[in-house]
Amino acid sequence: MSAAPIELPRWADVALVPLVSVAAALLVAGLVVIGIGENPLEATALMLRGALGSAEGIGFTLYYATNFIFTGLAVAVAFHAGLFNIGGEGQATAAGIAMAFACLGLSWAPGFIAVPLAILAAAAGGALWAFIPGWLQAKRGSHVVITTIMLNFVAATLIVYLLREVIGKPGSMQPETPDFPAQAVLTPMHQLLAPFGLRLPPTPLNSALLLALLSLFAVWLLIWRTRLGYAIRTVGANPRAAAYAGISPAAVTMVAMAISGALAGGLAVNEALGVQHRLVLDFTAGYGFVGIAVALMGRGHPVGVGLAALLFGVLYQGGAELSFDKPAITRDMVVVIGGVLILFAGALDGLFRRLVAGVLRSGRSGA
Amino acid sequence: MTQPRAPAIELRGISKRFGAVAANKDVSLSVAAGSIHGIVGENGAGKSTLMSILYGFYEADAGEIRIAGEARRIRSPADAIAAGIGMVHQHFMLVETLSVVENVVLGAEGGARLGGGLARARAELTRLSQQYGLAIDPDATVGDLSVGLQQRVEILKALYRGAGILILDEPTAVLTPAEADQLFALLRALRTQGKTVILITHKLREIMDVTDAVSVMRRGEMVAHLRTAATSPPELAEAMVGRRVLLRVEKPPRERGTPVLEAVGLCCRDARGTETLRDVGLTLHAGEIVGIAGVAGNGQSELLEVLAGLIQPDRGVIRLDGQILATADRDPARLRERGLMHVPEDRQRSGLVAAFSAAESAILGYQHDPAFGAGPLLQPARIEAHAREAFAAYDVRPPDPALKTAKFSGGNQQKIVLAREIERRPKVLLVGQPTRGVDIGAIEFIHRRLLALRDAGVAILLVSVELEEVMALSDRIIAMCGGRITGERAAEAADERDLGLLMAGVTGEAA
Repeated sequence: MSAAPIELPRWADVALVPLVSVAAALLVAGLVVIGIGENPLEATALMLRGALGSAEGIGFTLYYATNFIFTGLAVAVAFHAGLFNIGGEGQATAAGIAMAFACLGLSWAPGFIAVPLAILAAAAGGALWAFIPGWLQAKRGSHVVITTIMLNFVAATLIVYLLREVIGKPGSMQPETPDFPAQAVLTPMHQLLAPFGLRLPPTPLNSALLLALLSLFAVWLLIWRTRLGYAIRTVGANPRAAAYAGISPAAVTMVAMAISGALAGGLAVNEALGVQHRLVLDFTAGYGFVGIAVALMGRGHPVGVGLAALLFGVLYQGGAELSFDKPAITRDMVVVIGGVLILFAGALDGLFRRLVAGVLRSGRSGA
Repeated sequence: MTQPRAPAIELRGISKRFGAVAANKDVSLSVAAGSIHGIVGENGAGKSTLMSILYGFYEADAGEIRIAGEARRIRSPADAIAAGIGMVHQHFMLVETLSVVENVVLGAEGGARLGGGLARARAELTRLSQQYGLAIDPDATVGDLSVGLQQRVEILKALYRGAGILILDEPTAVLTPAEADQLFALLRALRTQGKTVILITHKLREIMDVTDAVSVMRRGEMVAHLRTAATSPPELAEAMVGRRVLLRVEKPPRERGTPVLEAVGLCCRDARGTETLRDVGLTLHAGEIVGIAGVAGNGQSELLEVLAGLIQPDRGVIRLDGQILATADRDPARLRERGLMHVPEDRQRSGLVAAFSAAESAILGYQHDPAFGAGPLLQPARIEAHAREAFAAYDVRPPDPALKTAKFSGGNQQKIVLAREIERRPKVLLVGQPTRGVDIGAIEFIHRRLLALRDAGVAILLVSVELEEVMALSDRIIAMCGGRITGERAAEAADERDLGLLMAGVTGEAA
């Protein structure tokens, strides 16, 4: 006898509601821009041109999107198991540390051995860092929301120690590792595509994008086409039914967290192995947290995550250009716009579902 | 009360749609003041919607509500209470940690300071208790009361708010036969005092016992208004379902086979340390149905869960096919492989995943079956084909495997679970509440299936709070009370009174 859940046609659920959310967020952001005395239409045009108006802009946009795909997928996989992994930052940091050890130890190895091993090390590092909270929740009942965010701090401290004392560049005051061996890093996209006659300006975009796209497909396959994915979804949707079916919620919790952490490790692959070619402090730069918004906006589905990652890529790159052209709109303003977007796409989702349901219903009865 | 009064409730032409579904179609109902009026119908017939409209949870799309001859708009439960309507929900709306009197004043505290309201409520409670013979301690904590007494608190709550009309939604689902009899005595007392009672139920016997008039709903429409004295259970069942129904399935005698499942000395405690099973032992033979009779919450659920491997007993031995089950074997997945299948008591909470497609719910527990895909992969086409076949064999409606599980009615959800557990030819079938929330037509179908399984040599353990069901299907009946087995009767030798005593824990003499 409680309020009936809001049922929507599938197309409205997957496309219309997110679009309405984004539109509302842009509207509010536009009001903020008006509030500081700038023209929101002009700002939007500047932003879009900055993000998509040139090959260079697109390169940067896709580079940001690569990060968001990894961290968005990480949150999405955990979410399917009913877990809220907000430790993407820490898991990516742990992944970066494991990868740095692998790369620095693999200076003897040719690229076709070193690069895959470095990526596996990153995945293993992220998986381990997420497995710990998974294990704590499964065996001790400690909630992952608490433990993952606490492990973010542990990882942030650990990397400072390691960069200063263990794998830091000798003689450098910067908290960073020496450069990785040249054969053990990812190829920039402009070099990768040069043999095909595509002349692109140099951007941070690198072959990690391909790994990200592969991950999108792999996660789709895992969640909707494998027995493990079935178990993950069962635990997420109804843990009692899982126990009844002989699926151990504890085991699934640990496995799903490990997979989630491994995906978050992709952030380290893109940033350290793809762009910086060394491990630097704070390379995660909040991408792990934005992944939560990406996953929510993408409704946990890889296609949605891909699109949401692209949107946030546009926002990041366009925002950087915008603050460059319009000093009144600082980088912080762009962060505010991102925050508004997260608020509307994630937290206020139910509001727009109700609205869309109402509009659809009146449309139908009017017809 | 001799001169004709206006009907206590008159509904005229009530219609209500939810999306494409017409839950109520032009429903009219007239309830005489000072009478007990029954409303029966299958699940989804629109009884609950109609009562929700009367109580202000929903507003009707069309139609008129008249209370004591006066047209009223009821847009919220507050309006309904103001109009003198009280409702006792199937799931009690009580705060278990508060006392009886605190629960009664909840929402009608009468001012910012609690003291005065509580004192008035206490006086009023005493008066009401005397008037209707409702003995209850106003300071008892509600959580400590039995289910029957909690229901009384609900009734007192409604009376305290001045209800002249009382709606009871499936009030006996949670009561022992004796408690149900007490409830009916109370309802008769209320009628004598001029109160009007609407009783929603699917138990025809209760309708016959206690009501003055009965209205039958089917598919959102009112199909019959009858005087109880002038009707009969078969007539009511036919009106509800729209065709003739066998209320009791034929059960030919059958020789039982060898013991298949044996349990000895099972003891179990819940998370709070309360003993839920005390030295329970039973033997299940091939080709027999053993029914467990008991009021909900007396250990039957735990017995099912222990046997199904969902919870581990503190002590006791379980043998399957003569082999003692080690702790590692008492796992639902392993037990399924060994032919022990389980239809859980609460299909919505544990037997299905509401958010999954029906086809996906139809492989729950069997997701490792190689028939559904190669290696680690699952093939949606095979899962759908499997569901299509099962849904056809079990008459699941609509037979659409892609539809979300939550969109099926209770009876069809139950058929999905039964199909899934039965089709794999179990050796032992544990069945909890097979027909809870299932319509009469589907009940007949499910009962036939269970008896067919028994005749095919399956050992079946049946747990049901419906004593009639236990008596109709079982070859042997075991009564449980307080986590203990209090007696066993052969089906032919069992009668309701005797079982009722055993269920209440009264043992001692042999029947």
